[in-house]
Amino acid sequence: MSYIIKGHKHDWEIVIGLEIHAQVISNSKLFSGSATAFGSDPNTQVSLIDAAMPGMLPVINKHCIAQAVKTGLGLNAKINMYSVFERKNYFYADLPQGYQITQFLHPIVVEGLLTIDMEDGSTREIGIERLHMEQDAGKSIHDKDPRRTFIDLNRAGVCLMEIVSHPAMHSPEEAGAYVRKVRSIVRYLETCDGNMEEGSMRADVNVSVRPVGDTKLWTRTETKNVNSVRFMMQAIEFEAQRQVEVWEAGGEVKQQTRLFDPDSGETRSMRSKEEAHDYRYFPCPDLLPIELTQSYVDDIKATMPELPDAKKHRLMSDNGLSAYDADVLVAEREVADYFEIVAKGRDAKVAANWVISNLFGALKGAEKGILESPVSAENLGNLLDLLADDTISGRIAKDVFEIMFSTGQDPAAIVEEKGLKQITDTGAIEAAVDQAIAENPEQADEVRAGNGKAIGWFVGQVMQKTQGKANPQAVNKLLRDKLGG
Amino acid sequence: MSLDTDTVRRIANLARIKIEEEKMAPLADELNQIIGWIEQLSEVDTDGVAPMTSVTKIDMPSREDVISDGGCEDKVLANAPSGEPPYFAVPKVVE
Amino acid sequence: MPPVASRLILLFRKWSNKMTKPNELTIADARDALTKGDLSAVELTTSCIQAMDGAQDLNAFITETPELSLERAAQSDARIAKKESRGALEGIPIAVKDLYCTEGVLTTAASHILDGFVPPYESTVTENLRNAGSVMTGKTNLDEFAMGSANVTSHYGPVKNPWKLDDGKDRVPGGSSGGSAAAVAAHLSLGAIGTDTGGSIRQPASFCGIVGMKPTYGRCSRWGTVAFASSLDQAGPMTKTVRDAAIMLQGMAGHDVKDSTSVPMVVPDFEAAITGDVRGLKVGIPKEYVIDGALEEISEIWKKGAEMLRDAGAEIIDITLPHTKYALPAYYIIAPAEASSNLSRYDGVRYGLRVEGDSLDEMYANTRGEGFGDEVKRRILIGAYVLSAGYYDAYYVKAQQVRSRIAEDFNTAFQDVDVILTPTAPSTAFAIGEKMDDPIVMYMNDVFTVPASMAGLPCISVPGGLGDDGLPLGLHLISKPFDEQTLFRAADVLERQANFTAQPKGWEINR
Repeated sequence: MSYIIKGHKHDWEIVIGLEIHAQVISNSKLFSGSATAFGSDPNTQVSLIDAAMPGMLPVINKHCIAQAVKTGLGLNAKINMYSVFERKNYFYADLPQGYQITQFLHPIVVEGLLTIDMEDGSTREIGIERLHMEQDAGKSIHDKDPRRTFIDLNRAGVCLMEIVSHPAMHSPEEAGAYVRKVRSIVRYLETCDGNMEEGSMRADVNVSVRPVGDTKLWTRTETKNVNSVRFMMQAIEFEAQRQVEVWEAGGEVKQQTRLFDPDSGETRSMRSKEEAHDYRYFPCPDLLPIELTQSYVDDIKATMPELPDAKKHRLMSDNGLSAYDADVLVAEREVADYFEIVAKGRDAKVAANWVISNLFGALKGAEKGILESPVSAENLGNLLDLLADDTISGRIAKDVFEIMFSTGQDPAAIVEEKGLKQITDTGAIEAAVDQAIAENPEQADEVRAGNGKAIGWFVGQVMQKTQGKANPQAVNKLLRDKLGG
Repeated sequence: MSLDTDTVRRIANLARIKIEEEKMAPLADELNQIIGWIEQLSEVDTDGVAPMTSVTKIDMPSREDVISDGGCEDKVLANAPSGEPPYFAVPKVVE
Repeated sequence: MPPVASRLILLFRKWSNKMTKPNELTIADARDALTKGDLSAVELTTSCIQAMDGAQDLNAFITETPELSLERAAQSDARIAKKESRGALEGIPIAVKDLYCTEGVLTTAASHILDGFVPPYESTVTENLRNAGSVMTGKTNLDEFAMGSANVTSHYGPVKNPWKLDDGKDRVPGGSSGGSAAAVAAHLSLGAIGTDTGGSIRQPASFCGIVGMKPTYGRCSRWGTVAFASSLDQAGPMTKTVRDAAIMLQGMAGHDVKDSTSVPMVVPDFEAAITGDVRGLKVGIPKEYVIDGALEEISEIWKKGAEMLRDAGAEIIDITLPHTKYALPAYYIIAPAEASSNLSRYDGVRYGLRVEGDSLDEMYANTRGEGFGDEVKRRILIGAYVLSAGYYDAYYVKAQQVRSRIAEDFNTAFQDVDVILTPTAPSTAFAIGEKMDDPIVMYMNDVFTVPASMAGLPCISVPGGLGDDGLPLGLHLISKPFDEQTLFRAADVLERQANFTAQPKGWEINR
């Protein structure tokens, strides 16, 4: 569990804090009515406000406020009834106003707590310092012209939630689990789509190292541009190792902004951010404070879906699932929804097993997501019913599932069409058993002599004779009766 | 508090305003004069007084989340002094 | 423009035997003449265009829009003929401070940095005025980005005050709405719109002998007006009479969903509030408005103003506004702080001037170094400084706290009085070139107007008389938030009592 970097002089531990920028799901931007869709033609989703034309003024999108509050509640955080937008002043090509409207001294959400789930089934609690709302910047395009950078403002002004953790993580795995959990929660809440490839969720990673046992925080660096959990974990590993080497060589880690290069897996100092900043925050005079009421917050609370932690506990306590299975099933809301339909009124453990082993395996092989599954949750449930009432055997069920996966058909129809109903008629099974014994006297003697394993071989023979339709339990019982195995 | 030319240089850089080197010292003097005059505010007892950000006493108005703007790249780009429609263009930025 | 010229000949025949040329009418009188059909909007506009042609020396306009105004005047006439008049401002020529963005018409804020900027949009206030039927005659000169009190910081050169003395020196019109004030005083338009951040409507009104009114913060939308200091900026009318100011404000004001600080209140009938009756009105006289360095005649005219209101039946009450003297220094923290941020968008990327450089930052610095004038640079630097790390609490927060104190002072005073009477400016118009060496001396021009701005209160400057030098002096009334009606009622009585009939003379010499 503990992640230690062995140096020559010390054993080092990592301290990680994360700033996640999550793009709020909304039709229009935070302060203007332009669209937020991804991938539109350059500068087509830009209003005169987004382009910071003279005299343009912001008006807030109420849905964005509700989304931030909802996310705050999902992060078990405190909602501030009074929050303020401020201007963060700096010049950059993709920042048309020359300032970003953000929240600084009075954010809308503070003091959250997130439970992260580690691979080994253990959990840890990570404190969240704050969540605030802010405008996204536009996009700089560097590769279209050798001497110039082009600017597309489509993204400028889209609402982001910046979720800031405490520097409370100590391994790349913890950081990974944290990001996955935040992603899971915002996706459950439908406040952010969590799509890291398209940039709707991005993480800035603050990393520092310190000798094991030291309690003060050493100088940290901030690494930007990590657009997947895997890259983030790589960036942390690289950055921590680099810092350890700097300290151990007698050098000093500089507080700086670094950029992750996914091709090399390395981080490097960002030239454009080297200069010391002085953002000159002050309350935006074009806006008024956001003032909320408890009943407003309560109303939002009432619309919240069951979140992954609660669902996980319910699946464990009510349905007897293991922590591992529950984690796997609740991580994605779509998976959880699917599972709950399959499990409804059925044996949850069997359902979990089928979803996790059979369905996930098939989906992975076909490179499909749960929403593209050819087997609907209802049909998978029907299959489990056929299995439960002994209409088909477990082995046949697997075959039926494969057909379902390739054709999308109803399992009952498949069983009917292919005549796969299990033979439960004892007479028919007995005949097959007798035939198998008669045909294989030597093996029958082995069983009689006490070789238990050979009985399995006989089961196979009988199943072959019945095209797999014989009830395996019945076959087993008859064989044992007749051979005394 | 007084502004020296280094401070003026730093502030001018923050504000991205080019100031000729020979103008730094006279400018520092001028700004010092103004800042010195402003400092009479320290005479005012403001203990426990809330800062007044806005005189407006209404609740902040808000909009519905509908797409009501954008799609006007012609207007947005019309005044660009140096551009490459459909983009704005700036000198090469190296990150 | 031959068609105009020929119309003018007709026009002068028509008006030759009358006392007043159309451009010299008040809005109220022009309205009546237009309604009765005694005058057409085209005639009225043509008369203003002719006056503008003759007043080029004043440099009151940055952009004149004669074709556009004649076109709109003709539309007004057509509407009047069809009995589809849009109301009190139908066909009335109005000059627009070049801080309002006007669709398809160059908008400069009197700054080099907005070179060539033609907005593809119309500010809410000018849009409202258009919808009320008024005719824009052009874009008036101002201090660059409205930063100044003498209209000497304009990239397009200073505006001259139409009031002249025998010494041959040109006087400043005040600022920042100096072009608008000069245009109204010289009858180049019937009214004008200005903007007022710390006195930019009222002080030039005082200097030019006209009425200048700043409504309550939030009464007029700021959308589409180039921002100087967002928490203070307000649009307002500049007119020949108080009644005209009421008529104009009616056409400008109103809630705007595009401005989050615009107040969702019904706009009352301002003109109807002008009853001529101030009996029982309580008028406060704040003792702190006596300042060192102000001319003796300022106190005299102030006293006279109080007497005039008392004679009309008002009750004069001595009040105290203890933090008055701190309003100006606090303003010179808050306004530059907001301005330093508001003016960051002028960066050479999307509009206006661009001075190239080898890097992005160099391009920014070159563009802004060349594009902004000295006073704007000074204020941006002051603003950036007072917001910078380590100084924010000592300067910016302190100033905001002082602002609270100032607002409290007014709240307290308004428990006892309905309006407050003060002088508008500490002097009459000074000569161009004076007060230029010391920024603080220049800033002192707004010493009487800034406190009400800080509290967001409605206020008005009315010509009170002439100073010893023969130049106009204004009287300043302040009322409670959103009580413009009482303000207009009191100002109208003050105007009648003062009976200010003097007109600028001498500037015609330069025609």
